[in-house]
Amino acid sequence: MSALLHVERLSKRFGGFTALQEVDLEVQAGERLGLIGPNGSGKSTLVNCICGTLRNEQGSVRFDGVEMNWLTAHQRTRRGLARSFQLPRPFGSLTLAENLRIPILYTVNARDGQALAGPALLARCLELLAQVGLADKAHRLPRDLTQIEMRKLELARAMAAAPKLLIADEAMAGLSHAEVDEIIALLIRLNGQGVTVIMIEHIMRAVMEFSQRLAVLVAGRKIADGNPKDVVRDPEVVRAYLGE
Amino acid sequence: MVSSVAREEEEREGLRGLGHIAFIGVLAVAAAAVFGIARWIDNSYAFFAAYVVVQYIVLGTAWNILGGYTGYVNFGITAFFAIGAYSSVVMYKLTPWMPLPVMILVGGVLAALVGLGTGYLTLRLRGVFFSIATLALAVVVQTLITNWDFVGGARGAYVLRPRLAPLIGGEYIQYLFLVMLGLCVVSLATARAIERSALGYGFAAIRDDEAAAEASGVPTLKLKLIATALSGGFMGMAGAPLPYYVTYLDPASGFSLNYAVNAIAMPLIGGTMSWVGPLIGAVFVGGLQEYIRASSLYTYFDLNPAFGVLITGVLMVVFVILAPQGIVGLFKRKPR
Repeated sequence: MSALLHVERLSKRFGGFTALQEVDLEVQAGERLGLIGPNGSGKSTLVNCICGTLRNEQGSVRFDGVEMNWLTAHQRTRRGLARSFQLPRPFGSLTLAENLRIPILYTVNARDGQALAGPALLARCLELLAQVGLADKAHRLPRDLTQIEMRKLELARAMAAAPKLLIADEAMAGLSHAEVDEIIALLIRLNGQGVTVIMIEHIMRAVMEFSQRLAVLVAGRKIADGNPKDVVRDPEVVRAYLGE
Repeated sequence: MVSSVAREEEEREGLRGLGHIAFIGVLAVAAAAVFGIARWIDNSYAFFAAYVVVQYIVLGTAWNILGGYTGYVNFGITAFFAIGAYSSVVMYKLTPWMPLPVMILVGGVLAALVGLGTGYLTLRLRGVFFSIATLALAVVVQTLITNWDFVGGARGAYVLRPRLAPLIGGEYIQYLFLVMLGLCVVSLATARAIERSALGYGFAAIRDDEAAAEASGVPTLKLKLIATALSGGFMGMAGAPLPYYVTYLDPASGFSLNYAVNAIAMPLIGGTMSWVGPLIGAVFVGGLQEYIRASSLYTYFDLNPAFGVLITGVLMVVFVILAPQGIVGLFKRKPR
């Protein structure tokens, strides 16, 4: 059985600093994976290498049976690999609805099948905004949003690309208890529709509630991978988080 | 609730939602009206002055396709503009029978190819580094032309302007003006069509955040190359009739700083976010420059011919600081 995402012996260096060292990671289609690790452990670098924002020096990323190493970021997105950025990066001069229009125009419409246009396109944007609770701000600019709303927009933009695999890079930092629940419910609902989700998060409550499997990165290495309840009791993981 | 917002949006679109063909029709009627008025005034100076203003509409629109839509500031305007002008000089010498519109097309294609080439080499550079590279391009092209004897080198080249306009009769300047008006219609229609297409949204995404654009599936390099080729092509087309306008073209006039300053200043003053901006900016600033040149101010104060550029420079600084969205931004409704 081949996995949807297959990362093999992936290494990334920044000058003399090794950010990732021979990381292996497999994600099955339809799975919900949590990825945790202390600050600076290489989580975002791993996401950037998987999504093509950064180039890895060694190792390979296979997605949906295709070797990704030579594909640019936009080619990977078209093939169904979408991500949200840890620090929201909205298109500042476009309204919220237009922000979502971009991935629809360049991914969904670029794939085979029906292309959305006119009112149907706008309706799809509004539907996505409604899913993250931003429908009433559809025609506002991102600068009118709070940090929290920007995170929701970031997530909606990744969803708009209709991905097979969605990587949510700390989508919940700074959100209230109720909002975290909202986003978890949203991601689980998305997963129910067949989207595989990798959640990178510091909020352990969210990770434990969401993840079917948990992987832990520490200092660029994967030190644990398995059932969430077992992983958080793993002595090595406890040591990494709490010290000796 | 969602559907009501959708309907509202559709209605708003409806007000501005003139089809492409209808829009070109409106532009063509406007251009015809302008030409008709100029013919009615029947003053050759008016034609010479109006030509410059319309040329700047084309040049400003061309710059804006790259600079305004994708956010890549090109300082090498004169390179593309002069490639168009000097390709006409070459054709004037080799194939003098060639009609002007064909020369414009050739000049445009050449400049577009140069745009594509430089784009491919420089678009990996971001922000100010890209701008510096385009500045270098202008210097390189000017050096090449200055040392190319066939087109007159540093001495310059004389081009005989036919006495009479083909097809329409009257002075040849009327024909030049008409051709430039046609080019203006084409460039404005192109700019507006880009804005409303997936291409325009892709450009805007690149301008706002290139990494996020890539992550959203936008093929950024390809789109930037399209923008440089289109922008360079229109600059070349704007420059192609120049030898017939000035009748004596040398590197100092073909690569004049005025073109570069105006082509950047006019969109900035008018507004870079839409096709209307360069149009308004060119008419306002270009008109002002031509007015001052014609007025008695010049002789009265014994002004330097560069005074017009000084005004442009001051206006540009004022607008960049006080109204970064340009004149268009002053009238735009605030988003709800």
